[in-house]
Amino acid sequence: MNMTMDTSIDSVAQQLLAPSGLDMSNLEQVLGSIMTHDVDYADLYFQASRFESWTLEDGIVTDGVHSVERGVGARAVSGEKSGFAYSDEIALPSLQAAATAARAIARQGQDKSVKAWSRSAGHSLYLPTDPLGSLGDKAKIELLEMLDREARKLDPRVKEVIASLAGGYDSILLAATDGTHAADVRPLVRLNVSVIVEQDGRREQGSAGGGCRQDYQYFIDEERGLGYAKEAVRQALVNLEAQSAPAGTMQVVLGAGWPGILLHEAIGHGLEGDFNRKGTSAFSGRVGERVASDLCTVVDDGTLAHRRGSLNVDDEGVPSENTVLIEKGVLKGYMQDKLNARLMGVASTGNGRRESYAHLPMPRMTNTYMLPGQHASEEIIASVKNGLYAVNFGGGQVDITSGKFVFSASEAYMIEDGKITYPVKGATLIGNGPDVLQRVTMVGDDLSLDPGVGTCGKEGQSVPVGVGQPTLLIDGLTVGGTDV
Amino acid sequence: MSRDILKAQASLEAVADQVLQFAKAQGASAAEAALSEESGLSVNVRLGDVETIEFNKDKGLGITVYFGQRKGTASTADFSSGGLEDAVRAACSIATFTAEDPYAGLADAERMATEIPDLDLYYPWDISPETAIELATECEDAARGYDERISNSEGASLSSHEGTRVYANSHGFMGSYSTTRHSMSCSVIVEDDNGMQRDYWYSVARDRHDLEAATAVGEKTAARTLQRLGGRRIDTCKVPVLFSADVAGSLVSHMISGIRGGSLYRKSSFLLDKLGEQIFPEFVHIHERPHMKKVLGSAPYDSEGVATYARDLVRDGVLQGYVLDSYSARKLKMESTGNSGGVHNVLIEPGELDQQALLREMGTGLLVTELLGMGVNIVTGDYSRGAAGFWVENGVIAYPVDEITIAGNLADMFMQLQAVGNDIDHRGNIKCGSLLIDAMTIAGT
Repeated sequence: MNMTMDTSIDSVAQQLLAPSGLDMSNLEQVLGSIMTHDVDYADLYFQASRFESWTLEDGIVTDGVHSVERGVGARAVSGEKSGFAYSDEIALPSLQAAATAARAIARQGQDKSVKAWSRSAGHSLYLPTDPLGSLGDKAKIELLEMLDREARKLDPRVKEVIASLAGGYDSILLAATDGTHAADVRPLVRLNVSVIVEQDGRREQGSAGGGCRQDYQYFIDEERGLGYAKEAVRQALVNLEAQSAPAGTMQVVLGAGWPGILLHEAIGHGLEGDFNRKGTSAFSGRVGERVASDLCTVVDDGTLAHRRGSLNVDDEGVPSENTVLIEKGVLKGYMQDKLNARLMGVASTGNGRRESYAHLPMPRMTNTYMLPGQHASEEIIASVKNGLYAVNFGGGQVDITSGKFVFSASEAYMIEDGKITYPVKGATLIGNGPDVLQRVTMVGDDLSLDPGVGTCGKEGQSVPVGVGQPTLLIDGLTVGGTDV
Repeated sequence: MSRDILKAQASLEAVADQVLQFAKAQGASAAEAALSEESGLSVNVRLGDVETIEFNKDKGLGITVYFGQRKGTASTADFSSGGLEDAVRAACSIATFTAEDPYAGLADAERMATEIPDLDLYYPWDISPETAIELATECEDAARGYDERISNSEGASLSSHEGTRVYANSHGFMGSYSTTRHSMSCSVIVEDDNGMQRDYWYSVARDRHDLEAATAVGEKTAARTLQRLGGRRIDTCKVPVLFSADVAGSLVSHMISGIRGGSLYRKSSFLLDKLGEQIFPEFVHIHERPHMKKVLGSAPYDSEGVATYARDLVRDGVLQGYVLDSYSARKLKMESTGNSGGVHNVLIEPGELDQQALLREMGTGLLVTELLGMGVNIVTGDYSRGAAGFWVENGVIAYPVDEITIAGNLADMFMQLQAVGNDIDHRGNIKCGSLLIDAMTIAGT
């Protein structure tokens, strides 16, 4: 990377503050006005972002959308309390108004000072380049049209193709009373292809895509875009042959990569600091206890170059980390933002994230994955007498309090006598977070991360995330098919 | 209607007008603009103390331009002249690259709403953070004080929002209306030797006077949560399933997804070509009622300015109409049904029985009160979701059940509907009573 973080703070400050004639002394003054009240911490979060998307349907790109967003959020924290207000105008009067509203969380009190600025040295995991301009608009359309043609060429049973290309360019600047002064410039691109196939009146769908914190060239390099189109068609054709899925508890082999959504739902959310501080998670108070088989080591790693879930600094200006959540089956720690870390007497792990300036930050995952084990995936499948092999998934959900989680397979096969026999229809798998990883009896040597498609929702806020895992054998998981 | 609101509407209308004029000046042959402005307050109280106070204030413009059959869209929250012009230019630039689409364009001029009925949707609540905190505290206290087994809380929230929307297009349509939305919710936790269970309840209304009392919301939350203690799994089986009213609406929303224009012209629906056909048993009637006064789902016109109107979606179990905007309607060689942006108040005509009577009708089976995950395939109708609820024996609740899935196919489930309850949940856009389905596969131990 050819840019130091310091330069980036200055250039982001120039972009976000200068048009309104604001500088750091104004921010210090506004933060100072919040500190006249009895607050422990306050921050100002400035954001400017651009987003575009292009969608192809029926062989033509019929729609394109361009949007801009700009604003500032002011937060005051006092003990466990947070006051929050924001404005879509970056200007001193609206900034002051937001600060005044936010500090209402606490009574007027002893005037505390704002610490001297200390610039956060974040990572340089991605370049601060604007992906929207990385490819001409005509070339974006031609890319989608090519994917449409190729997808249809792959098989005459392909009846519909929808392809979409999206890019975002997000600049954030943070100033906090603890002296944090940080910035980040975050590119994010995404390409998706979904198809409908038809055979003898039966229709099925397939969908594939990917993305990262780079520019659109990523989809052209190594013919990745084309790879998504092929993968979508392959999945749809498999589903044309799928028979009813079984119902009941059985051995389940999860494929490598995106099936890591298991970890995100089964344990990831339950290890977020806010739920554990409040004691509302099934994992609360269990640090040091065995929560998985000793084959399982799980991390949340925001420091992977170019990954969709990675961050140079989180939305509180803390550099992202590679946090060990579970080591050889033992729970090591939680994912923290500043507020929950302070209240639990630990340090932030760089997991403080927010959807935008108009949302409060909270502990969120980045890229969550399990480290590889010893077994070849073939060996794992061969060990199963009668079970399910699930390789692709839609979404999932968890009730962090009871620990119950679900995730829905979109491509799965029966395993009989150690062999993959036939595809089955998508089915939801359900389990109990603190229990499921204790049943992991084999871990593959084939760790892979998802292609960059994950979006996580929590309390109405969406953030991009990544997941990954090697092939896993779970000795007993409930499969929600129709066949009794 | 207060002067402030009329002023807010007028100023948004002026922005809309300015944007349309600018689009015209840029050479657009047609254009449409949607604007909104919203403000509000949300507080959350947990364990008797304030947790968050959030002040919301948002605005936005979406502009779509047409150059003949080419289309481009942009959005911004910057309402300065420069910001608006940038957005229009961005949309125009996109329209130079998108393909000629014979189906693109504004909704037909003759379908524009000509009279905009006052649907009584605006009941502002000048609530201070202090009052909001008091109410949320009263709500959470009621839940926590309900039973000593309530060991923890996720808190109680109160929120109050008001907003104004304007839609205008180059047919000369200009509409605006203001709405309010107030809500109170609560969530608490119970614990026993088997672990913790959580549940919630909420109340939402246009008018704060229509909200359930804070103590009622709290007590209901506590009662619902306590019922879940001692949840266990059951054996894999095939039994009748009663969806309680607060989750039954999701089945109707899957039907709506299946008859939406986009699903139909893409031929990706389990309800493809079912117009005029039996999709439910004869006793099922489903209506859309967009003009209900003071109701959350109501709207005088859709997001293309097309007048909304009351109609039957299902009569005697037969599908009467699709859910179309002008684009999907043209693709299907049909007429818009005034559903750009979605449906407005879908009502399932209630049957004779309340939930207790439906349990007796079911005899032995599963009462579902919570659904988890999105295992619903609209293309094939295949349905498989996580669930929690109660095992029912001889019409009586025997014990709570969790960590199970329920599965079937929506087309079969609809035809196997046995009864609709009279216990309508009025809170959502889909107003539905409990639904009893003949048989589904339960996966458990």
